[in-house]
Amino acid sequence: MAVDILYFAWVREAIGKAGETLDPPGTVETIGGLIDWLETRGDGYVQAFADRSRVRAAANQCFVAFDAPLAGVAEVAFFPPVTGG
Amino acid sequence: MSPRICVQAEDFDGAAEIARLERAGGGAVAGFTGLVRGDGGLVTLELEHYPAMTQTALSALAKSIARRWPLAGLTLIHRFGKLVPGDRIVFVGAASAHRHEAIAAMHFAIDWLKTDAPFWKCETFSDGRQRWIDASRADAERRDRWS
Repeated sequence: MAVDILYFAWVREAIGKAGETLDPPGTVETIGGLIDWLETRGDGYVQAFADRSRVRAAANQCFVAFDAPLAGVAEVAFFPPVTGG
Repeated sequence: MSPRICVQAEDFDGAAEIARLERAGGGAVAGFTGLVRGDGGLVTLELEHYPAMTQTALSALAKSIARRWPLAGLTLIHRFGKLVPGDRIVFVGAASAHRHEAIAAMHFAIDWLKTDAPFWKCETFSDGRQRWIDASRADAERRDRWS
């Protein structure tokens, strides 16, 4: 199922785009699995996700852990820990 | 109590925001304004955010504040885009019957915005260097003290 994937801050810069719509294979079942699959798509992804302790994720605009399921998620976002305020 | 939530590129008028809260009918108003500091030769501070999530996250914050403290008014304003030293970034204000609730709600809101609102800050310095600000462990600890 196609999923909109958004990137922010240095994750966006490493990957070189703000977002894309992709159709990951059915074997990708979690947010972490989506990262594994994205890393096969090029060096920018590998660089962005090299240290996963520095990356956070949201599914349908809510923070999630990497073991969260991907099923039913229309929009995923990857970004560094937030620094608002 | 209907919270006032604004996520905007434009500047805001802190005095007008305080005055608006003063008209909410409480006996106490607390307000906090965050500004861009010019430390280390900083020239610009660019704030990026995740628009679809920011609105949801700030509404959820306002709801959780309203559950914790009885408020007459609550205002959350967060700017995005390119800012320079001295510019206002964020305003949080709360009105309540008595001072404790207004101050606590304001304090909770700013601690929470630091750690849970989807904003990222990129600094540009006078020598051309650019740097994404890292999240602060101390900010996370401050937020966790409320739970």
